[in-house]
Amino acid sequence: MKLRVYRYNPDTDIEPRMQAFEVKSWPGMMLREALLEVRKQDESFAFRHSCGEGVCGSDGMNVNGRNRLACITPVAELKEPIDVRPFPGRPVIRDLVVDMTQFYEQYRNVRPYLVRKDPLPEAEVLQSPADREKLDGLYECILCGCCSTSCPSFWWNPEKFHGPAALLQAYRFLADSRDQATDERLDDLEGPYKLFRCHSIMNCVDVCPKGLNPTRAINKIKDLMLSHAI
Amino acid sequence: MSLPKRRFDSLIIGAGGAGLNAALRLSAADARVAVVSKVFPTRSHTVAAQGGVNAALANVLPDDWHWHMFDTVKGSDYLGDQDAIEYMCREAIPTVYELEHAGVPFSRLDNGRIYQRAFGGMSQNFGGDQAARTCAAADRTGHAILHTLYQQNLRARTHFFDEFFAIDLLRDEEGAILGALVLEIETGAPLVIEAKTTLLATGGYGQVFRTTTNAFINTGDGMAMALRAGVPLQDMEFFQFHPTGVAGKGMLITEGARGEGGYLMNVRGERFMERYAPKALDLASRDVVSRAIATEVREGRGCGEEGDHVLLKLDHLGRDVVGRRLPGISEICRTFLGIDPAEEPIPVFPTAHYAMGGIPTDRLGRVVAPARHGPEEVVPGLYAAGECACVSVHGANRLGGNSLLDILVFGRAAGNDIIQFLKEKPNHRPLPDSAVEPALARLARWDRKGEGETVHAVKADLRKLMEDHCGVFRTEAVMAEGVDKLKALRERIDGVRLRDHSQTFNTARIEALELDNLVDVGMATLMSALYRQESRGAHSRVDFPKRDDANWMKHSLYFREGDRMDFKPVRTKPLTVESFPPKERVY
Ligand SMILES: Cc1cc2nc3c(=O)[nH]c(=O)nc-3n(C[C@H](O)[C@H](O)[C@H](O)COP(=O)(O)OP(=O)(O)OC[C@H]3O[C@@H](n4cnc5c(N)ncnc54)[C@H](O)[C@@H]3O)c2cc1C
Ligand code: SF4
Repeated sequence: MKLRVYRYNPDTDIEPRMQAFEVKSWPGMMLREALLEVRKQDESFAFRHSCGEGVCGSDGMNVNGRNRLACITPVAELKEPIDVRPFPGRPVIRDLVVDMTQFYEQYRNVRPYLVRKDPLPEAEVLQSPADREKLDGLYECILCGCCSTSCPSFWWNPEKFHGPAALLQAYRFLADSRDQATDERLDDLEGPYKLFRCHSIMNCVDVCPKGLNPTRAINKIKDLMLSHAI
Repeated sequence: MSLPKRRFDSLIIGAGGAGLNAALRLSAADARVAVVSKVFPTRSHTVAAQGGVNAALANVLPDDWHWHMFDTVKGSDYLGDQDAIEYMCREAIPTVYELEHAGVPFSRLDNGRIYQRAFGGMSQNFGGDQAARTCAAADRTGHAILHTLYQQNLRARTHFFDEFFAIDLLRDEEGAILGALVLEIETGAPLVIEAKTTLLATGGYGQVFRTTTNAFINTGDGMAMALRAGVPLQDMEFFQFHPTGVAGKGMLITEGARGEGGYLMNVRGERFMERYAPKALDLASRDVVSRAIATEVREGRGCGEEGDHVLLKLDHLGRDVVGRRLPGISEICRTFLGIDPAEEPIPVFPTAHYAMGGIPTDRLGRVVAPARHGPEEVVPGLYAAGECACVSVHGANRLGGNSLLDILVFGRAAGNDIIQFLKEKPNHRPLPDSAVEPALARLARWDRKGEGETVHAVKADLRKLMEDHCGVFRTEAVMAEGVDKLKALRERIDGVRLRDHSQTFNTARIEALELDNLVDVGMATLMSALYRQESRGAHSRVDFPKRDDANWMKHSLYFREGDRMDFKPVRTKPLTVESFPPKERVY
């Protein structure tokens, strides 16, 4: 099986390049395993990975032009030679490793935590199964960054537009019946950029390896903003 | 000294559930705390926990923390320390409520309370009917907890050092711990972090086995750091093989799948657990179920072309239960097996999963080691919590849902004790240059250039060796051979060379440092296993098939220097209730 991987080491390289590798595949092989085979041939090839089952969110990368998680991408589904590049639009640290600082900053900016103002009860805060269901499709985000780094609005305005992942989390807390900071959350998202730079291009929905739908969440926030304004 | 240096009140190494819960306590108390993690915090392996966390909330069936305590003591095969177990089971209840208040999206019952499911080894009324004690957020409980704890730490403005790798602890001549030498992975630059207290919360070491439910990063770094600082490791022979890893691949299928009503079948279609645990069946303790599966396969009743696994059947539960309660499992089956568990059974086999043993601590999270005045003297400034620690609440076998509980309760307890420590000892101890030198030397050793074996080759041999010589069933001959081979392998490390000596994000160097750690914890495991001549919990000796309380109801301790073994007594006295005396364990 043929792969072409993006190589760049700032210690030694002036320019990035694509390097070809040939590895033996096996039935059920995932791209992460293929990249580990590459590493056996050349230990200087760097990429992040850990759990190997799509829950830690470490190994997001651009594969044949599309952002994916390597550990849950079967190589059998990919056209050869498989082109593997770092996420688009992020500064490259080395090979497939990119700087995700801005992505995490945007996450921090949406106050991604539950806020309770009432005194806490001695047991759990009650929540009906129906209210809990509203969090499905939101809380499962693994912060892999596949969505935001495939979003043109995020590429152009990463310091001003929160991007799909952070906005999905913003909605996760707006949608939580236990949260008591709705007004502050909506006030925070006012203005032309943070939320409203989303033009429903829907790349995020397309690439999310967890099947989540940031665009829908963004639209729901927009609805809330409207009723909030009235 | 020319090395850059940072100073904090408290250093926490590890940003899984244990590290983050401790950090939250400290940040809330206005202590200056640094959390170092070799991966971005939400990528820690707590994220992979599926089934849930135990607490006797009695939301579904009657329950009592005292019953939870009984199950844990019995599950531990009477090797757990009963004071720590009592503390954990009582604290479980406020701990889960605290998590809920922090935002964990637990699944809910119709009355709005937290959903609780049945898990293995859990009973009502001291060994009576099955209990429902495991609080769950679908089958993504670890993810829900880890993200929530990280979020609350953001709110508390905890200081994070993301993608920094801890190399070794710093120790002065009196044995006090003064912080750690860490490496910024992005730049390759070493950094000294000086702290009044250091908490190890580095998680497990499943990567020492070839097939494991553990992530690539679970390499026992904290345990090996403790060993190198002269601290022994406790009860390392007790490594849990989870009954239901995906056969040949290792991804975990949560015990919650059986808790929801799934069961195991052999090639004849028999529900074979009826023969091994007539009452608890598929929800017997993990060690019991794993041995049953291994026995079925050994005796020729395995499934598949090679007859090398058994089947976990869920299809009778209906699409609704499988979809709503086990969505993550369904995803794993679709992705890695191409099957839908609502229609087809899952091929499973016991898989290396969890370390019961680890760095010995007391109930407050303080690391204790034998010294002048007894077997449990506090190592000044050093704490440990989570899977890397051994309190010991799991003894010889951990119950499902008790590890998330352990990391939260003892992470919190350590945080609280550190606050106390900082009040009593407000000053940093002086840090002599000599305290940093051994850690720097370990790092420099990997700068040697030239020909040599690769890290990858030695690591692959190590993992195979551990699987072959320290698996579910053990004998003297096989383990003794394993120890010889491992000693030879340890010698080989000196001849391993890196090809890549660059500074920026050098993952080869990180893996080399991890290999050092894996070899040390592997040796601790094999030596301890060879030493214990009885069968107890997860440690099953074919040549010593019975538990031997007269000679072996004691904790083992492995010291790195001279590969020495020692032991200390089990704490059988709880804090406020009567002790549970050892009994035969039947499920
Ligand atoms: C697949 C799976 C499912 C599980 N399901 C359950 C369940 O349902 N219920 C239950 O109770 N238990 C479960 N467990 C067990 C439980 O999840 C773990 O024991 C627990 O999460 C460990 O938490 P921890 O905080 O100790 O360590 P981890 O979450 O593993 O965190 C370790 C941290 O240490 C850091 N670290 C390690 N080494 C270094 C170093 N050298 N330098 C810097 N940082 C370092 C890592 O970056 C990480 O942040 C499961 C385990 C697995 C593998
Ligand atoms: S929304 Fe999906 S793609 Fe985006 S960060 Fe979360 S899991 Fe990844």
